[in-house]
Amino acid sequence: MEKIIALAFTAFIAENIILSQFLGICPFLGVSKKRSNALGMGFAVLFVMLISSMVTWVLYKYVLEVLEIEYMRTIVFIIVIASLVQMVETFIKKVSPPLYKALGIYLPLITTNCAVLGVAILNISKGHSFVEMVVYTTFIGLGFIFVMYIFSMIREKLDNAPVPKAFQGIPIALIVAAILAIIFSRFGGIF
Amino acid sequence: MTNKENLLKGLVKENPLFVSVLGMCPSLAVSTSLENALGMGMGVLFVLVMSNLIISLIMSNEKLAALVKPVRIPVYIVVIATLVTIVEMVMHAFLISLYNSLGVFIPLIVVNCIILGRAEAFASSNKPLDSVLDGIGMALGFTAAIAIIAIFREFLGKGTITVWGNLVINLKGAFTFIGIEPIGMFVQPAGAFLSFGLILAAVVAIGNKRKEKLAKGAAK
Repeated sequence: MEKIIALAFTAFIAENIILSQFLGICPFLGVSKKRSNALGMGFAVLFVMLISSMVTWVLYKYVLEVLEIEYMRTIVFIIVIASLVQMVETFIKKVSPPLYKALGIYLPLITTNCAVLGVAILNISKGHSFVEMVVYTTFIGLGFIFVMYIFSMIREKLDNAPVPKAFQGIPIALIVAAILAIIFSRFGGIF
Repeated sequence: MTNKENLLKGLVKENPLFVSVLGMCPSLAVSTSLENALGMGMGVLFVLVMSNLIISLIMSNEKLAALVKPVRIPVYIVVIATLVTIVEMVMHAFLISLYNSLGVFIPLIVVNCIILGRAEAFASSNKPLDSVLDGIGMALGFTAAIAIIAIFREFLGKGTITVWGNLVINLKGAFTFIGIEPIGMFVQPAGAFLSFGLILAAVVAIGNKRKEKLAKGAAK
């Protein structure tokens, strides 16, 4: 139990997916200008990440390893993720139109989001068991939402700040991210 | 466009990292040393050139193109993923230390926006030779950009520049001359964001200056 809590905490703060592993930077910079968009994207990523990690984990353990074709990992994973995103989109559209309205526009973007493939591969290379995989992926996803939300609030304020011309847009956003990363890395020492 | 223009536009004018801001994740993550940056650049060069070549060969054949068009994105992804698997295997066999330090970012070349972006925006509608030249130019532009970030970070963070393997340029003297230690933060994650932000701002500032100059020249 202690191990699981430590794993959750590490995934959430110390090994934060954006600020220390550099995965999912594109949505981090692209969709973080408004709070509502950041939350929508965050939950869409958490959702897809969790499902695709589960599917790829099971596939890897019970198909690829059994057949001894581990080298097919990258190809199999990306195909699984691309088709899963498509399936999730169709499924949500049919079952829950309001949810589709909230998440729909973010779903196609997620296929090329390196966070989803990255976490699927990390779960394999770190040798997680099924429970560890679910906990790790959930907290990585929550960490993603948390940072996206904080960052979008700062960016809303940045619009009114007198930023030098060359720094406007992405450069100043990166410098804000640097300050956030310093804060998050200090939490790493706790566990 | 001439061959030379196709080759050179990726280096400065349409630099994938500094101008289009594509492929951020690997460039932030692997720019801890020049060696890692060059290794990543080599991987991207191979994948980008080959995927541009294969995709433009597929798309310039009319029969195949008609077949592939409705499902082109999955087709591109499978082509790219296969090439990435080749890179992964070759690096694992011959460059094991580089393979370990790049880690998860080698398979993640698959979702590097530069590669899919060039496939869709250039290779699918241009001739094979042009696509290869475009791929070489873009990949070299990407490599040069991460190399600049890596030199900046490694020099400030460790006082050294690791070119390749044991070939390390030691510049710690510069720090002892001023009387300070290298600033360790620059090789940590926070330093990646900070360095990229500062370098990007410098690139934007230079670009703005040039634009102003051109505008002035046109007014005269």
